[in-house]
Amino acid sequence: MNLILFSALWGVVMMFSGLFISNKSTARTIALTGAFLLLAANLLEMNGYSVINHDFKGMLQFERFNMLFLTVACGSLIIYFLLSSKEIEAVGNHVYEYFALIFFIMCGIGLVALFNNLLILFIGIEIISIPLYILTGSDKRNLKSNEAALKYFLMGAFSTGILLLGIAFLYGATGSFQVEKMGLPANDQLRIFLAIGIVFVMIALAFKVSAAPFHFWTPDVYDGAPTVFTSFMATIVKAALFVGFLTLFYNAFSNNYEDWKLSVALITALTLFIGNITAVFQQSVKRMLAYSSIAQAGFMMFTVFAINDMAKQGMLLYAAAYCLATIGIFSVLIKMKDYTFDGFNGFAKKQPLLAFVLTVCLFSLAGVPLTAGFFAKYFVLAAAVKTGTYLWLVIFAVLMAAISVYYYFRIVQAMYFKEGEGQDIETTPLFRIVMIAIAALIILLGVLPTALLNWLTLY
Amino acid sequence: MPINYYIILAIALFSIGVMGVLTRRNAIIIFMCVELMLNAVNLLMVAFSKLHYGAVATFNPYASTGTDAQVFVFFIMVVAAAEVSVGLAIIVMMYRNIHSVDVNFLNRLKH
Repeated sequence: MNLILFSALWGVVMMFSGLFISNKSTARTIALTGAFLLLAANLLEMNGYSVINHDFKGMLQFERFNMLFLTVACGSLIIYFLLSSKEIEAVGNHVYEYFALIFFIMCGIGLVALFNNLLILFIGIEIISIPLYILTGSDKRNLKSNEAALKYFLMGAFSTGILLLGIAFLYGATGSFQVEKMGLPANDQLRIFLAIGIVFVMIALAFKVSAAPFHFWTPDVYDGAPTVFTSFMATIVKAALFVGFLTLFYNAFSNNYEDWKLSVALITALTLFIGNITAVFQQSVKRMLAYSSIAQAGFMMFTVFAINDMAKQGMLLYAAAYCLATIGIFSVLIKMKDYTFDGFNGFAKKQPLLAFVLTVCLFSLAGVPLTAGFFAKYFVLAAAVKTGTYLWLVIFAVLMAAISVYYYFRIVQAMYFKEGEGQDIETTPLFRIVMIAIAALIILLGVLPTALLNWLTLY
Repeated sequence: MPINYYIILAIALFSIGVMGVLTRRNAIIIFMCVELMLNAVNLLMVAFSKLHYGAVATFNPYASTGTDAQVFVFFIMVVAAAEVSVGLAIIVMMYRNIHSVDVNFLNRLKH
């Protein structure tokens, strides 16, 4: 609750500071303060200090898993601000508003992670989506940005309609919006509405997390949006929507597991296949990362498929590993002029340190042992094995992970083994320190995943 | 009047909306079709609300069953209004740049 409250408040603070402070670079400081405040507020709540101790009539739940995810999200936000806030400034004239919108999105992320009522889920998803439409189109003169915004908006509004239809049918079946009452239809005649509701909600959420076959908007939107915001959208927001997806199916529909298991398995397989195969053929690194985010979404779909405790642990690790690595890669990519693979030629000679960190990030995304990505993939796949069915899906996922190595290592190969000038990029000491911290965190989680997971049980 | 008619009407309206989104090329009309989808859901929500109220009303006419769906409808309206403001702004921005709101122009990213 602390996070929801403070992020909404800080969004307003950011907007008003924009009114009174004319200096643009102050925005970064205020935003960073806000991000640290969110982290502190959330950590305090995990230890039992809540700003308001109000009875929410069961509209919100504060499970350890969801709170810990919010902590991961806040941590990623801090890293994102430290690395990329200078580029947010460069997007346009309304710096304070961009930061304010990001804080409002954090408020939506809090709602999506903590909901216990479909109304909160719907509002949370909308609070995430609407500011994202604006951020996507924030580069107003750029036609690609315009196009991405319009596409994202139309697709987003369409999927919201489908989500609402699903929620209406779920309500028809159970007579309640409370998550814990979803498994029990009011009477047998209404059971059919429950099935329809689950299907529509599943489709809509698959849309939002860009799982195939509802992924077609993702590459275009991620490619067209200003790269800084793509970095935010593809990491923190996507992980949050997945936590919402997992929480809903874990808490609401586990009684009907047999009914929807096969459809989720098919969505997972298709997402893995399309994401990985299409990423192989991309020429632009930014577009490759968009497809890679679809491929990674396929792995995160495993948590929804498995819905057990191990899946929750896997989701947490995956969120941390994926956010860290992708934010790291994007923060370097933003500073480059040439987004093609060839643009990375000879990068290691020019920037040996950054090349090393990028390599660690790419290894983590590919799931090489000793990086966080390995244990993240191990946990989600082990959770799926634990269900005891659909072993072919796990084998298929491992095959697809092997394919993903190809396109991630293309960058590593370009950086280290290809002759080239290497692009000039400007870095500050702070930037380099944070990049080293990212590499250290990825390796730490790759050696000791319990460093994060212990927090699930530690009080 | 049985609830079936309301459900069929709501689904028909929703389907018209979906067909509109999938077949029309004008961004504003697509947008109107999305609004139609949302309003079909509103109708469905209210119908289900009365269904669940009707189930308990004979025992307890003062029951609050079903009010939550009617509250939900207001939330949908508010969110739809917020979405309209952002959506129209995006369409206007598009129109300023290419003097058209035809979504067939949206193919620059496809390569």
